[in-house]
Amino acid sequence: MANHSTTQTAHVQHHFVDGDQQFDTAKLGMWVFLVNEILFFGGLFMAYIVYRAWYPELFTEAALELNTFWGAVNTIVLIGSSLTVAMAIRSAQKNQTKGLKINLLITIGLAIVFMVIKGFEYSHKFHLGIFPGQFYSYEGLQHAQAPIFFSIYYMMTGIHALHVIIGIGLMMWIYVRARRGEFGSDYYTPVEMTGLYWHLVDLIWIFLFPLLYLIE
Amino acid sequence: MATAEASPSGNMKTLQVKRYKPSENPKKTYLTEEKGLWSWLTTVDHKKIGLMYLGSVTFFFLLGGALALLLRTELLTPAKTFIEADTYNQFFTLHGAIMVFFVLVPSIPAALGNFILPMQLGAKDVAFPKLNLTSFYIYVIGAVFTFIALANNGLDTGWTFYTPYSTDSTSSVIWVTLGVFILGFSSILTGTNFIATIHKMRAPGITWGKLPLNLWALYATSIIQILATPVLAITLLLLTMERVLGMGIFDASMGGDPILFQHFFWFYSHPAVYIMIVPGFGIISEVITTFSKKHIFGYWAIALSSLAIAFIGFLVWGHHMFTSGQSGVATTIFSFLTFLVGIPTGIKILNWVATLYKGSIEMKTPMIYVFIFLFLFSIGGFTGIMLGSLAADIHLHDTYYVVAHFHYVMMGGTLIALLAGIHYWWPKMTGKMYNEFQAKIGAALIFIGFNMTFLPQFIMGSQGMPRRYYNYIDQFTIFHQTSTLGSYILGVGFLLIAWYLFRSLMSGEKAPSNPWGSRGLEWQATSPPDLHNFDHTPVVIHGPYDYHKPMEEFQLGLANSHNGHGHAEDIDVEKVSAH
Repeated sequence: MANHSTTQTAHVQHHFVDGDQQFDTAKLGMWVFLVNEILFFGGLFMAYIVYRAWYPELFTEAALELNTFWGAVNTIVLIGSSLTVAMAIRSAQKNQTKGLKINLLITIGLAIVFMVIKGFEYSHKFHLGIFPGQFYSYEGLQHAQAPIFFSIYYMMTGIHALHVIIGIGLMMWIYVRARRGEFGSDYYTPVEMTGLYWHLVDLIWIFLFPLLYLIE
Repeated sequence: MATAEASPSGNMKTLQVKRYKPSENPKKTYLTEEKGLWSWLTTVDHKKIGLMYLGSVTFFFLLGGALALLLRTELLTPAKTFIEADTYNQFFTLHGAIMVFFVLVPSIPAALGNFILPMQLGAKDVAFPKLNLTSFYIYVIGAVFTFIALANNGLDTGWTFYTPYSTDSTSSVIWVTLGVFILGFSSILTGTNFIATIHKMRAPGITWGKLPLNLWALYATSIIQILATPVLAITLLLLTMERVLGMGIFDASMGGDPILFQHFFWFYSHPAVYIMIVPGFGIISEVITTFSKKHIFGYWAIALSSLAIAFIGFLVWGHHMFTSGQSGVATTIFSFLTFLVGIPTGIKILNWVATLYKGSIEMKTPMIYVFIFLFLFSIGGFTGIMLGSLAADIHLHDTYYVVAHFHYVMMGGTLIALLAGIHYWWPKMTGKMYNEFQAKIGAALIFIGFNMTFLPQFIMGSQGMPRRYYNYIDQFTIFHQTSTLGSYILGVGFLLIAWYLFRSLMSGEKAPSNPWGSRGLEWQATSPPDLHNFDHTPVVIHGPYDYHKPMEEFQLGLANSHNGHGHAEDIDVEKVSAH
């Protein structure tokens, strides 16, 4: 859905003809950027495929060390936040600034819940001595290549967590702008772009969860 | 006043158009409107950003070039000439890393592309001007990281950062990999910007079939930048983590695989050579038509072959690893896929040559560089096919033959195309003409020096001289010395070019708005252009190579459109009739 304004308004930058062109351009640019993000994670997924094919038994054993319950909770939390960010965009399109702000706050809250749970998972593993690579010192899993599994685990979830943190920052920035009343049915481009980004963050986790936690 | 009839989705629509002849004495240009260092550093104008990239790329080119001259000087004698072996390792690594990541990748798209792309579209700027400036500063930050590495221990892994050497080396691998990692984002953001701009910011009448071939080439390049660069980013991040945390993913002793690093690296770095060469193809298409005064031969063949190269380029990375221990099946498949790249590239070369047929060829400096390009790049391309053949590559792998091939495509291709582009658009960018005679001398020095430097390398490579070696056996002395002598001529050539271009800025003749009589839209702006490129919204009714149509029909703009940009996507303006 595009912005239906044909007149020059304050939010249209000088090099665009109208809001429609600006919105369409931003959206295309964002999709292109998301393609780039997928390729970025693609390298890690490739490493995962290679080592899972080489050491299938390692992956089934090591996955038992991950806490499926909290992983599942986090999956639900993130899917929920994807819903609320979509509702935030809807609110902006319908000029409901209050709904926009509430939905943004819920999304930020859910993202923080995700990070807290992830933090507990990490600290529990550090406590056991499950560190990536050469610092691995856990006695419970003695597979020779165990450090490699956890290197992949920490890289994938770590970079994903970094994306969550960036997302929290973006949504806070959107929230501040929403409080200033910058968004409405004629201009909600940044809200929708942040939403698109957030859906990708969610989507990547939806792949990470079964690949890392649910191996049998 | 005239009307142009346009048909968006079948319904004829009439646009009121007027002829706008570019002023030969523009009062306001992008160079005069905002002045001072600060206005440059904070500008979001694509033209100034393009020039800042051009300046940075030139700086790095001089640095990388100086390293190359030092390397060649060391190779004058079979044993030590004047630098230590460790220094030599550092020099060839830095020469490679600087030339690839800081010069070739950003040279044409970020410098010339930034300047020309919005002008060829009739747009005021790229889609995301602030992002454009951001990507320039990301480039600068990447450069700072590399200089930190230079100040601490340098780098001696070769520009390819192969594991396990890069994980064990005591040089500053992390600083350089992080620098290149950061640089990658600059490339990604430029690509994103270009794709959005080409899709959404075309002036009325510029359909995909009227898009200048330079833009088709930049479009194909941007696709590769988006799809390949993130893979390099994650690879370098993994390499950094490997050094910091001993991750084991590329470490055979922990069950990891160093070959996986090579796969990851070449998955980017092979497409990356197309990031470097495809924009060069775009420049050649523009220059060859302008100086043949003739429609390009095979417009769609050239346009689509750029996309074909971008696509096939992703399937051939394994040909860098024929001797690395890939499976026999994989090497055979990669070898055949590599031959495929020759098809779209050959299509381009033949179409360019066919464009010359019955043209009225004008031997100005940019055109001379086009001929140099056709000659050198063809040699580079054919030797590439030889290297792609499995049996020949086992013999030639890691010899000077590969070095010579790479320089024939990258320097004889990309850099010569860049020189063609700089000489072609210089009057537009700066508003000054350079000295044509000196420019021709410069081109001759480059051509002679280049061939003297790199032809002997084919010969000694085929006889088994390995690359990256500090010493060599006596039988190669004559080839190495010829090569070194050639590199000095090349160096003099580049200094001459730098000198007369600099002088043209100071005391060059004033450039007319369209010195070459081109039909390209960018030449309908003043020289140098207005801050917003055009003072009207251009309307395009002919293709950029329609030299059989009168010039007036290329100078149309929306009536009463003083800077209020019109926007009509996919409008097909079919005819103009006088009012």
